[in-house]
This record gives sequence, C-alpha cells and structure tokens, in this order.
Amino acid sequence: MAALIKLENFSKTYNSGEMEVHAVRSVSLEIQAGEFIAIMGASGSGKSTMMNSVGCLDRPTSGKFWLDGVDVGSLGRDQLADLRNKKIGFIFQGFNLLARSTALENIELPMLYLRPSIPAREQVERANQALSMVGLADRGDHRPSQLSGGQQQRVAIARALVNHPKLLLADEPTGNLDTQTSIEIMGVFQDLNRKGMTVIMVTHELDIARYCKRNVVMRDGRIVGDTAVTNRLDAVEELQKLRLEHQAVQLAT
Amino acid sequence: MIIIATIRMAIRALQRNTLRTLLTMLGIIIGVGAVIAMISIGNGARAQIESQIASLGQNVILVMSGNFSRGGIGMGFGSAGTLTKEDFEAMTREVIGVSGASPEVRGNAQVAAGNQNVNTSIIGGSEEYAVIRSWTITSGSNFIDQDVRSANKVALLGKTTAGTLFGDGEAVGQVIRIKNAPFVVVGVLGAKGSDARGFDQDDIIIIPYTSAMKRITGGTTFRSISVQAMDAASSPQVQSDLNELLRQRHRIQDGKEDDFTIRSQQEIADFATASTKVMTVLLGSIAGVSLLVGGIGIMNIMLVSVTERTREIGVRMAIGARGQDILLQFLIEAVVLSVVGGGVGVIFGIGGAYAVAKTQNWATLVSTSSVVLSFLTSAGIGIFFGFYPARKAAQLDPIEALRFD
Repeated sequence: MAALIKLENFSKTYNSGEMEVHAVRSVSLEIQAGEFIAIMGASGSGKSTMMNSVGCLDRPTSGKFWLDGVDVGSLGRDQLADLRNKKIGFIFQGFNLLARSTALENIELPMLYLRPSIPAREQVERANQALSMVGLADRGDHRPSQLSGGQQQRVAIARALVNHPKLLLADEPTGNLDTQTSIEIMGVFQDLNRKGMTVIMVTHELDIARYCKRNVVMRDGRIVGDTAVTNRLDAVEELQKLRLEHQAVQLAT
Repeated sequence: MIIIATIRMAIRALQRNTLRTLLTMLGIIIGVGAVIAMISIGNGARAQIESQIASLGQNVILVMSGNFSRGGIGMGFGSAGTLTKEDFEAMTREVIGVSGASPEVRGNAQVAAGNQNVNTSIIGGSEEYAVIRSWTITSGSNFIDQDVRSANKVALLGKTTAGTLFGDGEAVGQVIRIKNAPFVVVGVLGAKGSDARGFDQDDIIIIPYTSAMKRITGGTTFRSISVQAMDAASSPQVQSDLNELLRQRHRIQDGKEDDFTIRSQQEIADFATASTKVMTVLLGSIAGVSLLVGGIGIMNIMLVSVTERTREIGVRMAIGARGQDILLQFLIEAVVLSVVGGGVGVIFGIGGAYAVAKTQNWATLVSTSSVVLSFLTSAGIGIFFGFYPARKAAQLDPIEALRFD
C-alpha cells in the first residue's frame, strides 16, 4: 500500500531580507494511513514549516511531496485549497473559531467551500454528527465565548472532521489548555486514531508526545530522531490516575 | 460556494459593528439621496419651464422692442420703446402667414371692487391676445375689436384676481376700478398656475391695449408684439418677414443693428431648457462627488476590515476556501453595504425632493430613471471600491494570515 504522506528530499527555503533561511533541509519521511505521530523540536527546528507543508498551505522549494498519491508540488493555489478542504483537517493552538458564529455554524464552515456543494440539510446533519463525535451534542448553539477552552478545541476538532478528511493536522493542540483538558483532548485523538484516522501533531511537550504512536524529532531543519513510542500513555487511564490524585490531595487537606 | 450563504455571512459580519456599518452607509445614503434630490429639482424646473413655454401659445413669435443681442448690460425688456401702433398694423397687413397678432403693454395698478382692494399687473392687448397666449375663458366672453378701437373700459380677470376681488361670487358684469377708472368685467380666465419663478400667472387683468395706454401705462410704444404664425412650418418665414418689415419701417441701414428682437417660441424654449439642463448637470455632478466620497468610505472600511480579520481569512483558507471564495465574501460585504445604503438613499432622496417642493415651493420631479440609475450606481460603487480590499484579502498567504495577530 502506498504511503499516505511521502516526502522525498523535501526542502523549504524562505527569503527574509538578504538572508536565506533553510527551514527544512532535504527531509525524507513516509507516513502510513492510521499512524499517530508527534513532530517535536525546539522553536526554529522547522517543525512548523513541516506542518504547513504537509498541510498543503505551502509548496516545497525543492524535493517531492505526495499526499495520498497526489504530487502537491505541481498543484496551483486553488487545487491546494481544494486538497486542504477534502483531505486535511486543521486544528490550531488558538482554536481559531469564528467568535460570532455558533459551534454548529463553525463546524459547517468547511462544507461551505466543498466542491461540488452539498445540500444545506445534509450540512446540518453532518455538523451535528461531528459534534456528537467530540461529545458536545448539546452545545451546538453555543458561541465560542460560552464554551471552555477544552470545549472550544473539541468544536475545532469537529470542524476538522466534518469533511471526512484522510488526515488530522494539529499544531500544538494542547498549548493553551491545562493538564487535565490536554489529556482529554489527547483522548479524543486516540479515540479517532483507533477508528482509523491518521493524526499528525506538532508539540514540544514530551508527555503529550507519549500519547502518540511515533515520535519524529527535528533540529535545524533535519530529522534527528524517528522512534516508535514504547511506553505509550492511554488517556483514559491517565485521567483516572489524575482523578485519584485529586482525591488524595483533597483528603490530605 | 452558495451565494445566499455568503450574503448571510456578509450581513452577520456587518452586524458585528453596527455603528461602523451605519456610518459607512451614511456616505452612500447621502450621495444617492443628494443625486436623486438634485436631479429631481433640475427636472422639475425644466418641466415647469416647458409647460410655461407651451402656455405662451402655439407657434408664437415674440417681437420685443430693444435689442437683446447687443451684449453687455441689457437695456431691459421693452425699455427702448421702438414698437409703435403703425408697426403692429403693418405686421398684420403685410406679412403673409400671420393668423393673429397682439401688442402687449404692462403695468401695475391698484384695483378695487366693492370693499376689496388689490395691486395687480395689468396687461394691455388686442382682442386676439387671450387667444394667442392660450388663455381659456371660463365665464363671460372676450372683449371684441370694437372695444379695442374705442378704448372701452372692459376687463378680463385672471382666476386669482377674480377670487380676490369677488370671492366665490359672480365677477362677470361687475364693475372694478383700475386707477379709479371704472371697468366692466366681461370675462374670467382659466387657471395657468405659477411660472418657473413662482409668480402667479393668474394674478392679472387683461384690458384692451388702447385703454391701458390711455389710462394706466401711458406712452405710445409697445413693450412687445406677439405674432401667431398659421402653423409651425410657416413660422420661420414669418419670422424673417417680420424682421425685414421692421428694419424697413425703422429705416435701419444695412450693417446696422436691429432696434428690436424677434424670438420664436422654439428659441425661447431651447434657451430655457438649455439653461435648466446646465443646472441639472451641475447639481447632479456635485451630488455625484458625494456619492464618490461615499464609495471611498466603503473602500476605507473594507480595508480596515480585511486587516482586522486577517486571521479569520487565514483560517478560512486553511480549511479550504479558494482565493475567489474570499474575494466574493468581501466583495459581497461591500455590495451589501452600498446596496442597502443606496436603498435608504433612494428613500431619503425622494423624501428630500418632496421636502424641497413643500418648503421652498419649487417644482421637483423624481424620475424613475434617476432613481434606478443612482441605485445601480451605488451597487456599482460597492463592486468598484470593494474590489481592491477583497482582492487584497484573496491574495493573502494563508500561513502569514494564520500567524497574524
């Protein structure tokens, strides 16, 4: 079976002023469908650039990038947009929900740009489905400001899922969340992954990376580590532990 | 992407900042309103002048004493006093194609009837004057040639004058005193309404010119002579024949200028409509400038909006919006702004025209074409001034846009 993502001597160079910044240097990487990967590295390591490129927001400067068999480097702006729309679900650190729209409307947004378009009734149906998948079935008419951070991130995940993508891309998805909510969100990802969704996540938190199946470490635009996670954490168990700890603390005081 | 969904989205985006939206629309509202109001004032003036010129009579040629084309400061209508009774008689006798002619003298006088007293304008003419100037006679009858020859003291009252002097009572047969001379009212004229300058054309009394010259205006010359040609086709020939006849009679040598002015009704109409057209264009273009400024206001706000919402644009692009989707979104926002503004502006414009008509007593005429045109222009302005900001949004780099804060 062909890899879902295949990078071959992938490089990305930016021109900032007179300086040429080699954000990613000749990286080769394969990711199969069904994987759950954390891309790690310090800031400036090139992980965000990798993420943007894998997310088809950008084309490689040199080298090749195939997404689901499509040579992304040869696509135009509109074709990239369509590819993002159909095959990729984005999750951001800052959630990036439209503040004036309800949760349901936010989730419907990617379907607005679907070509060919689908009927309005089906849109609502699919949005509701996605909302129940992240456990917020009763919050469809809430605005982002009426939801907690964790709930907002769940809405964002539902938005990412609504067009049935092949791949979820999460950029520091737990960066703005407390420990418990972070683990809950990782639980959502693990659940989705178990159902077959490929998840790629950028993070700099080591303990969060341990919920994934594979860790890729970057430094100075190169991959310096690529290992399978051995002692993988399970979100359900960790939440259980956390709850017991809380109880212990409360009993102690 | 479905257009209706985009329009809904645009309306929601505009509702986000109601005050800003209203202020931006205000530019278009004022612009469209001003264009409609100004054009309807211009059109109204023109329509009124046209109807006034029509009320001058059919195929009428005005022979005025004095030369208006001499330039510089005119001597005033009729001040030269060069038209005599003999000139008038020669005109009717010698020029072919004349169906009627009447001299005209004018003066103001105090008129009394019973205990009513009014100052009104007195027009002296021949028995053909009322016919040539297309006055109708609603009660009684016109005076006859015998009255003119004998300088009889008979009078036709304008509708307003009759109303002032006699109220609802019967005027015909009553005696009025013009400068203390008793005149018998023989008829009452139909209404013509007010003219372009707002003067009531019905506030007059028509009497035989002979009586007028004897008792009211004095003098021996006429202010003007109205000549009616038989039909429109013969009118130019009559005009040139009149010119030749008068030059001969006044012994004006070749190369010297006329001491009279001849204007056909058509020339007067052309001149009047040309000047109102200039006024309409002038008013319209001043209003158009404010519409343009309104458009620039829209562009300004849309640019601000694009910058403010850079991150939103980035998110939309990340989840699959094409450049054209973003372009359409912002373009529709601008068009919604301008079309709603234009719609409100139409209401204000029509209201404004109506208010001007009421308060200033000016005739205004709201034409459908000016309403449709300025409404479409406002939509066009939305597209034109919305395009640049929308294109700017559409060309954003998604990565840069997502990073923006």
